[in-house]
Amino acid sequence: MAAPTTKISLQDVDHVARLARLELSAADKERMRSELDGILSYIDKLRALDTRDVEPTSHAVPVTNVMRDDVERPSLPQEDMLANAPDRHREMFRVPKIIEE
Amino acid sequence: MAELASLTAHELGARYRSGETTPTQAVTEHLARVEALDPHVRAFLTVTREDALRRAAEADARFRAGTPRGPLDGLPIALKDVLCTRGIRTTCGSKILERFVPPYDATVVARLFAAGAVLLGKLNMDEFAMGSSTEHSAFFATHNPWDLARVPGGSSGGAAAAVAAGMAPLTLGTDTGGSIRQPAAFSGVLGMKPTYGRVSRYGLIAFASSLDQIGPFTRDAEDAALLLGAIAGADPMDATAIDVPVPDYRAALGQGIEGLRLGVPAEYFIDGMDPEVEQAVRAAIATLEKLGARTEPVSLPHTEYGLAAYYVIAPAEASSNLARYDGVKYGLRASGARDLIDMYSKTRAAGFGAEVKRRVMLGTYVLSAGYYDAYYGQAQKVRTLVRRDFDQAFARVDLIVAPTTPGVAFKMGEKADPLQMYLNDIFTIPVNLAGLPGVSIPGGFTRAGLPIGLQLIAPAFDEATLLRAAHAYQTATDWHTRRPQLDVATVERAPR
Repeated sequence: MAAPTTKISLQDVDHVARLARLELSAADKERMRSELDGILSYIDKLRALDTRDVEPTSHAVPVTNVMRDDVERPSLPQEDMLANAPDRHREMFRVPKIIEE
Repeated sequence: MAELASLTAHELGARYRSGETTPTQAVTEHLARVEALDPHVRAFLTVTREDALRRAAEADARFRAGTPRGPLDGLPIALKDVLCTRGIRTTCGSKILERFVPPYDATVVARLFAAGAVLLGKLNMDEFAMGSSTEHSAFFATHNPWDLARVPGGSSGGAAAAVAAGMAPLTLGTDTGGSIRQPAAFSGVLGMKPTYGRVSRYGLIAFASSLDQIGPFTRDAEDAALLLGAIAGADPMDATAIDVPVPDYRAALGQGIEGLRLGVPAEYFIDGMDPEVEQAVRAAIATLEKLGARTEPVSLPHTEYGLAAYYVIAPAEASSNLARYDGVKYGLRASGARDLIDMYSKTRAAGFGAEVKRRVMLGTYVLSAGYYDAYYGQAQKVRTLVRRDFDQAFARVDLIVAPTTPGVAFKMGEKADPLQMYLNDIFTIPVNLAGLPGVSIPGGFTRAGLPIGLQLIAPAFDEATLLRAAHAYQTATDWHTRRPQLDVATVERAPR
């Protein structure tokens, strides 16, 4: 297996923060880089194990599709689903503009 | 301790049935205790006083009419604030959900209400269940009732401390890497993580979906049997809640452990662990032998890799689950955003605490292009190796007995380094990776008076044997009957 270096750079932190949709201050980024570096160095011990013939486990117990009959059922009331909205406009969730003018 | 608040739930239930006391009397007494002690312990995020008194009065009426709903009717309970309660704020210990009021009940909550249980309130936790001390709650830290300068463990620290302090005889927590068993050990109570799939996760705010499981905190095995029986079983709302029959856990409790085969894993007795913990656990094993169990050494050789695998898998799943907090449909929204993406990023920066950000970043990193196979793929294969270790051990023994944690409750603020905090969970995490049931029960005290946890682990869906062994141990020991010296006069003098 091609093993990447575990040393994580500030550029990596920037990139990952963008993927995670998480705004970080400059100080946050440096602290995050150093903490992730420590954790990733620890996690590196996994590479010591030979797992060539090992199947991955995603769930510890067998998980299968569970089908139910396609029967109409009431949903939660619209008003209940809107009650927690931070910015509501009539029956809609309002968000900042997505399309440039 | 006030009298009714010192009883177990099954003892309270017996007094309801004999007419010696009523749900309203018991609930009132527990609420009074919360009012007196919780300013110091800080286990509760929300106290649902009026709702509790209303439900208690309804239970009174059922007992008066001779039609109680069953063994949980009228019993006070409190819930970790990760379980959705309709119309009652559910914060998950996070600023991002500070004002979130769920439109539905979690399945476990609906089952408890249907059984007549009386909700006292919602309990503090590490934000999104990420932590081992409850210091990562966005609101305040919870204190250990045995020593208010120490942590109660985490992430279900409020649920453990509430039982330890006699503020509720029953609570529910969740366990993703040890978040029930570790605080149970630190707080001197029983805490059980059922098999993955034993209890529905519908309405449990997700952290790591392949690991999360809901379970009880109680004082004794009989109460745990009672509470697990009420919440376990298949659920059409959760396809991972497996349709395996739920036995009568209480009925099997008294059968004893004559001839039971217990495995003692060498890998759970390590250099650097607290010698008083090791001593207590060895003594507990000797007690179990006196009760008729046979012990033999077993080996779980991949134990030392469990923590590393967990810190890939759990953050990876968390980074995906927590993507839903975008400030659109519920929860916090930050102001002053230039556009939609900026709104997401600012909302998440303002709403998540440091530990949550760390795990979201770590999870996003290990799943990102170029790193997926080396980290996530490898961790899932190591998960298989950890699971095989248990399979091989359980081919020879019925249960595994081990310490719950390498040490006892630490001082607040003592573990500032994230990795040091994570190392608390080395003996609990492998059980989650393998999806197995495990319980921590009080197994002694240090000379300084801090509780020590004894962990029992069973094959999948064999909670009945776990509870039977816990019950047998508790008939031969009195650790679980000890109470912290936590009266109002004591806490007034203690450090805050």
